[in-house]
Amino acid sequence: MQIPLLELKNVSLSYHSEKGETPAISDISFQIQQGEFLAIVGPSGCGKSTLLNLISGLLIPETGEILINRKQMSENHMNIGYMLQKDHLFEWRTIYSNVLLGLEIQKKVTSEKKKMIDDLLLTYGLDKFKAAKPSQLSGGMRQRAALIRTLALEPDLLLLDEPFSALDYQTRLNVSDDIGNIIKHESKTAILVTHDISEAISMADRVIILTSRPASVQTTVPIQLDIPNRTPLLSRNAPDFKNYFNLIWKELNRHE
Amino acid sequence: MNDITKMSVGQRQYLKKLKRSRQMIQLFRILIFMVFVFIWEISTQLQCIDSFIFSSPSRVIKTIYTMSLNQSLFLHIGITLWETLVSFFIVSVLGTGIAVLLWLSPRLSAILEPYLVVLNSLPKSALAPLLIVWLGANMTTIIVAGVSVAIFGSIINLYTGFQEISPDKLKLIYTLGGNKKDALTKVVLPSSIPAMLGIMKVNIGLCLVGVVIGEFIGSKQGLGYLIIYGSQVFKLDWVIMSIIILCIIAMLLYNLINLLEKLYSKRI
Repeated sequence: MQIPLLELKNVSLSYHSEKGETPAISDISFQIQQGEFLAIVGPSGCGKSTLLNLISGLLIPETGEILINRKQMSENHMNIGYMLQKDHLFEWRTIYSNVLLGLEIQKKVTSEKKKMIDDLLLTYGLDKFKAAKPSQLSGGMRQRAALIRTLALEPDLLLLDEPFSALDYQTRLNVSDDIGNIIKHESKTAILVTHDISEAISMADRVIILTSRPASVQTTVPIQLDIPNRTPLLSRNAPDFKNYFNLIWKELNRHE
Repeated sequence: MNDITKMSVGQRQYLKKLKRSRQMIQLFRILIFMVFVFIWEISTQLQCIDSFIFSSPSRVIKTIYTMSLNQSLFLHIGITLWETLVSFFIVSVLGTGIAVLLWLSPRLSAILEPYLVVLNSLPKSALAPLLIVWLGANMTTIIVAGVSVAIFGSIINLYTGFQEISPDKLKLIYTLGGNKKDALTKVVLPSSIPAMLGIMKVNIGLCLVGVVIGEFIGSKQGLGYLIIYGSQVFKLDWVIMSIIILCIIAMLLYNLINLLEKLYSKRI
């Protein structure tokens, strides 16, 4: 069997406060293969974002382990890209220097990297806005700029934390199509966290459904949509889309 | 955008109305000043009030003229202005530095919080006599007095501003592989520039207050000295002239920072 890029084994975490302990994640295990697009859905407040914080190394699990290519996270550093709900482009920087932010922090600004960023900006239609301020861009373009900022570090794994939830519905469909295609085109491995079932089905190869807090894995649903040249937008018209939706909907409501 | 030929009638009327309203405000500002000066002068001329105690616009102008002739006025103004600017500079650098330290170490800020609150609420004029005894009646004392008035509030306000920065912006830096120093230089400081300019506007006035308090009790030069000395020898023309000049200085310094703020927001 292929070595999974990322593997979570019986991971648990609780939040501590003076008033007591709140278990956030309880005994979660799953794997993700190279090139796979995984979506994680669950009721709001179930600890989805906590899960991404654990994978990105911002939090350390209390029990269990997170393995990258079969090795402990601490000994095997992997570049992980993280996209947040809001784009958080800095108004005091131009789009170009916003996109360079990650490289600047990691002190990796070289002429080759700059060339790569120029190519990315050109490919995804932002080359004319290099000198623009973030406020001059539409919501969709801003989110694209935020993705390029993440891709600039050439991450092996992309974590998407409800990156479209701040956008209005129409923009959301377009941007998720956009971002989904970019990720596929750059052949990145990605984990998307969302509470939007359709979004999860339209973008992912596999959907993990979490229980309510403390989160544990309830079921995993592999998505097989029989359409050629699948894109997030086209997926929504696939004949099986509705069936997957109903299946996941039922799973999410099983305990209510 | 400002091409008048391309404007609709409605837009032109709107701009006209706006302009008129601004002129109106300007007019009334000047009018209030003129009326005040006029009534002041007339009532001393008619001896409704005693010009020996209340001075008068003409006596103030005469005093400014005679004191300009022997250069002593410029010396006093220069001294006060210099002391204010030096203490303002110290407050800006030291205040930002300490606020940054507090942000870097939440534990340090938790420990120091009660002390900052007490020192900020303490009337700093109470410190001035002590400073004279400790540091002597010299310029250092007066600059320290100016610093002491503004520094604590400046630290508290700036630190509060630092804490209001959205945690997600900081998280972004950490997910890009940055550490606390990156968070400070890439997010905290640049996003706090508007707050800093706002605090500076208040500080420049506070420094002037502190400097004048210092001059009251420990100085042989400066406008504060002129006020105290004038009141002791019953030269109230000096006192009132100094107060008027202080008003003008305060306004000019405030506008200086205001200009900086405008330049900054234009650049952004």
